[in-house]
Amino acid sequence: MHFAVLQFPASNCDQDCVHAVRALGHTASLVWHKDTSLGAADAVIVPGGFSYGDYLRCGAIARFSPVMQAVRTFADQGGLVLGICNGFQILCEAGLLPGALVRNRDLQFHCEPVFLRTANRETPFTASIPAERPIRLPIAHGEGCYFADEATLSRLQAGRQILWQYCDAAGALTEAANPNGSLLNIAGIANERFNVAGLMPHPDRASEAILGGDDGRSLFESMAAAFATRAASRAA
Amino acid sequence: MKAKLIVTPKKAVLDPQGKTVQNALEHMGYAAVTGVHVGKYIEIDLAAGTDRVAARKALDEAAHKFLSNPVIEDYQLEIVD
Repeated sequence: MHFAVLQFPASNCDQDCVHAVRALGHTASLVWHKDTSLGAADAVIVPGGFSYGDYLRCGAIARFSPVMQAVRTFADQGGLVLGICNGFQILCEAGLLPGALVRNRDLQFHCEPVFLRTANRETPFTASIPAERPIRLPIAHGEGCYFADEATLSRLQAGRQILWQYCDAAGALTEAANPNGSLLNIAGIANERFNVAGLMPHPDRASEAILGGDDGRSLFESMAAAFATRAASRAA
Repeated sequence: MKAKLIVTPKKAVLDPQGKTVQNALEHMGYAAVTGVHVGKYIEIDLAAGTDRVAARKALDEAAHKFLSNPVIEDYQLEIVD
């Protein structure tokens, strides 16, 4: 499987993402934000960082980069797109995911491991994630507080589009386990078609035991399994 | 000619910055303060003689699409000479 990892000015997790998917035996290439083609990508990762210095709003300027038109077309055709951290903010600004990420409730930048409950395991981003326990991934953000109006939240719940929620080590969704004030403890969501997803925590930074944990692998493995299933059904 | 754009967080959105400033004002003794909302101010220079109506229409679109995020923010746009 071939991943296209986008690169904006001030992306800083692009290489982490490339490394993470290569370590799983996939191929990856970096795609500069001024490019208008994603090449032969089977999936797209919009990585973390501080694209355009977070000027105006996080992700607000990156969404107008030429490559984002290619990402939109790719997503419209059903291609898998994953946004991590700043990538999640960009996908929300671009309207590819609903809602917005605002300043953390306590105004602090949070750089720490969190536990996540996978709320829907029947998606291309979550199917290989262990069911029996919460996963542990690092966060590193100042604007990760998920906000959407009530109608949008209801739609997300009804459509099972909430994929990950902040929880404690036992899997309980508590206020104390919510690092940034996100509504419904939301850490990550998907679009209605479940081919575009975004999350604030970093699976790319937790993909090998040497990094302190490898729970992040299961997310990329989910994408690879979903892609393999699709490829097999197309061939049949 | 200039456009002045004031962007503020929507009332439903958590505004921890506004709340923190409000607390500080209260500590300073400004007893009458009942709310603070921190937003941003954007000033846009326009060529002299620009058609006001057209400028407002174009900047309204830019404010909606780019300069503010309607999910979390409101804006006020003013064109001045």
